[in-house]
This record gives sequence, C-alpha cells and structure tokens, in this order.
Amino acid sequence: MKTFQDFLQNWPAQRRAEAVEKATEEQVFSVLNKNNLQPEDFLTLLSPAASPHLERMARRAHELTLRFFGRAVHIFTPLYISDVCTNQCRYCGFNAKNKQPRHHLSVDEAAAEARAIADLGFQHILLLTGDARHLSSPQYIADVARRIKPLFASVGIEVYSLTTDEYALLVDAGVDSMTMFQETYNPELYAWLHPAGPKRDYAFRLNAPQRAAEAGMRSMGVGALLGLESFEQDAFATGLHGWWLQRNYPGMDVSVSIPRICPHEGSFDVPHALDDRHLVQYVTALRCFLPRAGITCSSRESAFMRDHLLPLGVTRVSAGVSTAVGGRVTEDAHNPGQFEITDGRSLDEMTAALRGMGYQPVLKDWENPASAC
Amino acid sequence: MNANDPFVLGGVSLTSRLFIGTGKYGADSLIPAVAEASGSQVITVAMRRVDKPAPQSGGSAPAQGSPGIMSHIPGHMRLLPNTSGARNAEEAVRLARLARAAGCGDWIKIEVISDTRHLLPDGYETAKATEILAKEGFTVLPYINADLYVARACAEAGAAAVMPLGAPIGTNRGLRTKEMIAILIEEMDLPVIVDAGIGRPSQACEAMEMGAAACLVNTAIASANDPVVMARAFGEAVQAGRNAWLAGAGFVRGMAGGAEASSPLTGFLR
Repeated sequence: MKTFQDFLQNWPAQRRAEAVEKATEEQVFSVLNKNNLQPEDFLTLLSPAASPHLERMARRAHELTLRFFGRAVHIFTPLYISDVCTNQCRYCGFNAKNKQPRHHLSVDEAAAEARAIADLGFQHILLLTGDARHLSSPQYIADVARRIKPLFASVGIEVYSLTTDEYALLVDAGVDSMTMFQETYNPELYAWLHPAGPKRDYAFRLNAPQRAAEAGMRSMGVGALLGLESFEQDAFATGLHGWWLQRNYPGMDVSVSIPRICPHEGSFDVPHALDDRHLVQYVTALRCFLPRAGITCSSRESAFMRDHLLPLGVTRVSAGVSTAVGGRVTEDAHNPGQFEITDGRSLDEMTAALRGMGYQPVLKDWENPASAC
Repeated sequence: MNANDPFVLGGVSLTSRLFIGTGKYGADSLIPAVAEASGSQVITVAMRRVDKPAPQSGGSAPAQGSPGIMSHIPGHMRLLPNTSGARNAEEAVRLARLARAAGCGDWIKIEVISDTRHLLPDGYETAKATEILAKEGFTVLPYINADLYVARACAEAGAAAVMPLGAPIGTNRGLRTKEMIAILIEEMDLPVIVDAGIGRPSQACEAMEMGAAACLVNTAIASANDPVVMARAFGEAVQAGRNAWLAGAGFVRGMAGGAEASSPLTGFLR
C-alpha cells in the first residue's frame, strides 16, 4: 500500500523551495479565485509573494469558513494521564532527561479526573500520555478510554505512534479520533530533534495516521510544531498530509493543528520562530487549500490571537487546559506541564468569549453511530 | 402560508413548504426567531449535536449558560432528526433508532456520507437504510444526489419523499442540478424536496416554480448577515414559487416559435 511517505517523495524540499521562490503576485490572485486548490496552489499561498495580500487571503478564508462551518466553534479539553516518557525530544517538557517528578494515573484516577472534566460540561476529551510503553501501554490507554467513554460524546487520543492492531484496540474501546504531530517533516532535522527513544523512528510516526485510519479511526488531526523548520517547508508538508489523508480516506474527518514553538522553548534556540503574520498566512492558506478540514488552535496561543484567528479558519479550540498530569481531583503532583499554555481560559470563560464574538460554542459534535442503539 | 394547499407528508399536514436547519448559527438562541420569521414547521437537527444525559455522568451538567440545542426548537415544530456522521446504512439506522429513543419522533432524514471532501450522499447505502427504517415505521426522507435511479430505489424502499441536492451541501451555489431535479419532479410519485445548495430565496422560488414540493434551507439562512430577515425572505420566496406553480405559468414563446417567417416552410399548403 502506498503511504504518505511515498507520496511526499514527489515533493522534495528543493521542489518546494523553488516553487515558493518563483511564485508571483498574479499567481496568488489566480489561486484565490480558484475553487479547488492543488498542492502547488497551496505553496503559492505560503510564498513570500502572498505575504502582502494577507487581507485578501483572510477574506477568502473567512468566506469559506462561514460557508462550511458557519459560526460554530468546537470545544475540547485535554487530559494528561501520564508524563512518564522515554524520549529525549529537545523541545519537550516531558524529555526523559528532565529531572522532575513524574506522574502516572491509574485507570481509577484517570476516570476520576475525567468525571471532573465532564462535570464542567466538556463532551469532547483528548487523552495524552508520554511515550512509555512499559507503563502507558496501548491496553492501559484502552482501559482508560473504555472507562471514561460513557461520560463523553467523543474520546480522542494524542499518544505515541501505534501499530494498526493497537489503533484497532483503541477504536474498539471507544476512541474515535487521534492527533499525531509529526513535529517536522524534515527527516534530518527530525533525527536531530529526537536523539533517543522510540520517537526517533520518523517513518513509523509519519505513517501513523494512515494506520489509524485503516483501523477505523473516525477523525484525524495532523500537525507540525511550527518554528523547527522553515515556514514554507513544514507548513506545506502538513497541509499536504491533510490533503493526502482526505483523498485516500474520504470518510474520515481531517483536521490540522497549528502549534508554534515559543522562541526559547526547549533546550535550543528556535531556528525559525514564526511571527504572527506567518501564522495568519498559514491559517488562511490552509483554509483555502482544505476548505472542509477542521483547524485546531491550542492554548499555546494567547487569547487575543486565538480570538482573531477564528474568523480566518480556526474551527476547534481547547479550553480549561492543564498540560500537567492530575490535579483536578487526584493529588496535584505539582509537576510542570508539557509546555506553557498562554490562554488559560476556563470553559465558561471561553464560551462567554465566543458568544461575545458572535460564535456558537459547540460542546457536542459527535454521536458515534457504532455505539448508538 | 396557504391553508388551501396543504403539504401532506408522513400523514402530517403542513402549511409551510420551507424546512429549515439548526447548524452553523452564531447562537442556537437565534433559532426561535428564525423559525418564526420563516413560517417553517419542520426543522432538521443532527443527532451528533443533540445532548443526551450520560448514563454514568454522575449528574454532569451542561456548561453554565449552555442549554442544549433542543431547548431552542419551538414546540410547535416537527423535528426532522438527521443522521449526519453516518458513513453507511448500518450507522444511519443506529442513529435513527437513537433519535427515536431520545424522543425526537419518527421522522428521519437519512444522510449517509462517506466523502468528507465533497459531502456527497451515498445512494446505495441511503436506499438500504431507507428500506430498514421504513419497515420499522419511520417516516424516511433520504438525502440523495439528483439521480432518478437512486430516487426510485428509495421510493421502492418506502421513502416518504426524496430530497435531492441542488448543489453540494453548504455551497449556496443554487440549482446546479436543475435538469435532474426536473426529471425527478416529472417522474416520481413522491414529493421532491430540494435540499442542499440553495443559496438565495430566488433559487428556492425557482425550485418551487418547477414543482418541488418543498425546500430545505440551512446555510443560506444561517450564514446571512441577518438570519431572521433572510429566513423571512426564504419563507416568502418558497410561497411565491409554490403559488406560481399552482397558477400555471403562461406560455413562453421560444426561439422556434418566435418570429413569423415570411416564407413559411408549410406555405405550399395554402
């Protein structure tokens, strides 16, 4: 079976760079008047030639967002159930080298945390773990999912890469969505960023969404950690990944996440820190390229930025976020989170803010047909 | 609304031929005003958006000030739950049964879509779901491509009406399938309810002039700057189109019958 890795070979870095460099203002205008964009059109919108025309791109993105999503914004919240990790990712707070207390919730503890989240009104939850198969095994994640599924309309996962059979195990336990951050689509840079641990396997991670789709996952999110590689390279590869998944798994809902790394996050200076203009260019280009894909903006971004990105294409936001393990009802381990959040709004604050902007906060947007009646 | 021209569907007599939706609004609280302005009596709602009490929630409550979508639907309206999210017949059937169990009634709009890029309905799976649910006593309204064979299959399966798309869902592009819809109206004994793609009241009016039994409009209303005024416009347009169809449009002299030829081809008969 052809994989995204195979397909990506058609778009080597050199080809991307040349296309971006050659893009013209006229091509940008032409692309903005097209209905169905191709990958090369997406590159045009990511190019410097498009940069002076952000307002025009924004208007197009806004119109497409209204058309396909209306003024409804999906809300979810994460639940970190373990920060034990065997990887040494240079940009991550869970890095195994970081000497800090680690916390791993039992199934009962995870269920108690989930109940507290459900009591706040959340109906979409995202389970996250560090990469430690010996402790946070697929079976453990499945056990947590099965336990908390009755509390939520949707249970998603953002965990380490799994095999097809392991994804099937989670689907059977009630998991309906997964998010997989490739971090960077540049294999050489990826190897440097991940010096040790199972996450070093670039290809196994890159093709994880496809395995999840084969296992019956209903909804899929992909993303790069923006700032690790040059903007055009990783922004393009991420959008291309979403596009490829949509075309090969048409029954699956595809979304794209847009996290950007803070300039001094991790144990190195961020080489390609993304400014606000480029983030806006990315969101609007994504919306034009993938009109029906969800775009997720996490609490890494400020409330100001998240609010202003909504009309440009963002359709999914988190609220009530903690990137630490436990603390709601289980003993707070006072452990640092995976990363610093910037938008700390609670669910009620987020829903009030959305309403104030003329948007409808959607707390429930899924009914799993497989478990209905 | 015309009380002398009822639209009888599933044994229910309707005076409005505009069906409305519940998605894409900036606030669900707009729905009552939209419903009133439109005059509509039928409203579709996706089961994926309908809150139901979690069996083991331990009393979990909605977020503060966030009543569920159902609380905004006027009591006089007939619910048309839909199976959005279903990718095959089996899933559509499950969602329909869930809707009935949740107290949403026996009407069901079948949506079976396994292509999230274009959101085009799967006719084969739709017909299968229609057959199962019709036998279970549902009033089944299948959302279909404007395809005569699919429409016939749904009719044979027990559908109460067929709901062909005018254009891809959410596009507001109007009656792009006009010729095919005209064939359905001509050939089908069932009511034809144009669903999806209608972007302007004039397009809804045109569908009704053609002989459509009703129109379902959501995006065009919900995405308008003033959804309430747009809802009223659609209600009036649907009624105008219906009246025009009832009145019977006058003969339109086409090109072939236009000018009188000075040397008619049949002049030799004189």
